[in-house]
Amino acid sequence: MNRINQLFANNSKNILSIYFTAGHPELNTTVELIQTLEKSGVQMIEIGMPFSDPLADGPVIQQSAQKALANGMNLKELFQQLKDIRKTVQIPLLLMGYLNPVMFYGMENFCRDCQQAGIDGVILPDLPMEEFEAEYKTMFEKYDMKFIFLISPQTSDERLRKIDNLSNGFIYMVSSSATTGAKGSITTTQTDYFKRVNALNLKNPLVVGFGISNKETFNEVCKYANGAIIGSAFVRMLDAAKDWRKETEEFVRGIIGK
Amino acid sequence: MSYFVDEKGYFGKFGGAYIPEMLHANVEELRNNYLKIMDSEQFRNDYQYLMKHYVGRPSPLYPALRLSELYKTRIFLKREDLNHTGSHKINNTIGQILIAKALGKNRIIAETGAGQHGVATATVCALMNLKCIVYMGETDVERQYPNVMRMKMLGAEVVPVKSGNKTLKDATNEAIRDWINNPLDTHYIIGSVVGPHPYPDMVSKFQSIISEEIKWQLKEHTGRELPDYAIACVGGGSNAIGTFYHFLDHPEVKLVAVEAAGMGVETHETAATIARGKLGIIHGSKTLLMQSPDGQITEPYSISAGLDYPGIGPVHAHLHDTGRAMILNATDEEALDAAFELTQIEGIIPALESSHALAALKKLKFGKDEVVVVTISGRGDKDMDTYIRRMEGS
Repeated sequence: MNRINQLFANNSKNILSIYFTAGHPELNTTVELIQTLEKSGVQMIEIGMPFSDPLADGPVIQQSAQKALANGMNLKELFQQLKDIRKTVQIPLLLMGYLNPVMFYGMENFCRDCQQAGIDGVILPDLPMEEFEAEYKTMFEKYDMKFIFLISPQTSDERLRKIDNLSNGFIYMVSSSATTGAKGSITTTQTDYFKRVNALNLKNPLVVGFGISNKETFNEVCKYANGAIIGSAFVRMLDAAKDWRKETEEFVRGIIGK
Repeated sequence: MSYFVDEKGYFGKFGGAYIPEMLHANVEELRNNYLKIMDSEQFRNDYQYLMKHYVGRPSPLYPALRLSELYKTRIFLKREDLNHTGSHKINNTIGQILIAKALGKNRIIAETGAGQHGVATATVCALMNLKCIVYMGETDVERQYPNVMRMKMLGAEVVPVKSGNKTLKDATNEAIRDWINNPLDTHYIIGSVVGPHPYPDMVSKFQSIISEEIKWQLKEHTGRELPDYAIACVGGGSNAIGTFYHFLDHPEVKLVAVEAAGMGVETHETAATIARGKLGIIHGSKTLLMQSPDGQITEPYSISAGLDYPGIGPVHAHLHDTGRAMILNATDEEALDAAFELTQIEGIIPALESSHALAALKKLKFGKDEVVVVTISGRGDKDMDTYIRRMEGS
């Protein structure tokens, strides 16, 4: 069974997922960062594939991508770094990024290399549902790669149901109409939207992302979902960290620690 | 073979709408309404009225006799440089501002490189009393100071973009991010035939007024509607598709698109996207683009700030792919030569972009009775610094 399905098999709650950009803070920190996150209690990881033009990202993740590219990160290098990751890491791992570098790499090559590295799912925000279904769905199924769709407050109920039907992992519930980055506390407009989605009784688990930055926002959105993803706040911590291993543990403890 | 957009938003294998879900509703609203709005009597009346009385259309189709003599053929210049604000960009911004009003939007965003589209957008926002925010790469803000001041005088807020390479591509990213963050009250006026469907089709339709006029003007001058050649420069490709639009289904009209080769099409300092680009996704569109061997989008170079876009409108990728259009390119030097040639024998100072189209005259062999139309997309005032440096020999 795919590790993503396993994680959510028992309607798990309060799943903490962390995003970071591969190759940031340094080119070769990727593997050790994944290991440190798992040890700290993170239950799922999104590994960002840096891109020159990240349309859906705010300044923090944009800058981490620029640094990662300057450090020499690219898809070939990333797969090379990840080739033995399953010898030490058990939690679900996803790759998240933009379509262009993946297309250039070749979608089938990409899916195959993901499977070989032990990647469980892929998030490509600029590959829309229609194109995925027409062009790539069978390929993803062939390599048992979960394709994770985003939904936003503007996504209609009808479209939500279509996305739910096409999904088989979890649905990435973007918390507001915004690019990535911290926004402060959770508003009633946001909780109304979470309630609307919950009322549809979708078959897939929901994980909230964008704008989740601390224990308070994490706990709040987890009332309406199976878990949440923290990205920019974690990347910002990495940027400032003197000792990222120690501070990563502290960061995670700060979110899910008692 | 169709050269027009299909119902899924593609031109052949190019186009589509590769956008994050957060933009789906915005783009869908536009897609569901743009044709309906453009077809309404109200829109058509308003558009025609403003084109005539505000923009100053029709723009002349000028028989360039001395240029014709030099190239031993019959050359006509489509004078988009004489439009209000000095280029063809206003044809699109007038159309889109009317769409924005019909959709009830009260906040307008735009990207700009050299500032021509930014000025054309700020102009229509002043005219319609709508809030206007223009994203412009920090590097371009410094390089194009007079246009920044024009936009500010027109009441627009100019936001210097500090991300990426701080030029047009990054300004476009930032405008798209703004739209993600402001999905309800905002319309994004894209300046060229790029971006997700329906933008390439919508902007083509607004610019098609260029070839619509060429047809009847040419008939007045020569007794025939169709030229043998239609020539235009291409960056994103909006003046080029405007020049080609009504000739697409007339294979006897040779369509010539001229890219900016910069320092040379074989060098790294080039903006010749069709010649050098590979298939990929840029700003929501599947098309040819300049990219690194890792699929990172790279920065193009041209002396002309209006042509250094790393992508190309999907319609032009298709016209190239099908062989319908001939794709040429002109270097910085060739464009400068063409600018001075036109200025000195016809008394018209063209924009550097348009000079690339003129440079193609040297690269083609025409019959003496053939009819050649070249679109002068904009006027050269904004490029005087470059022209002055050339005159001073530096």
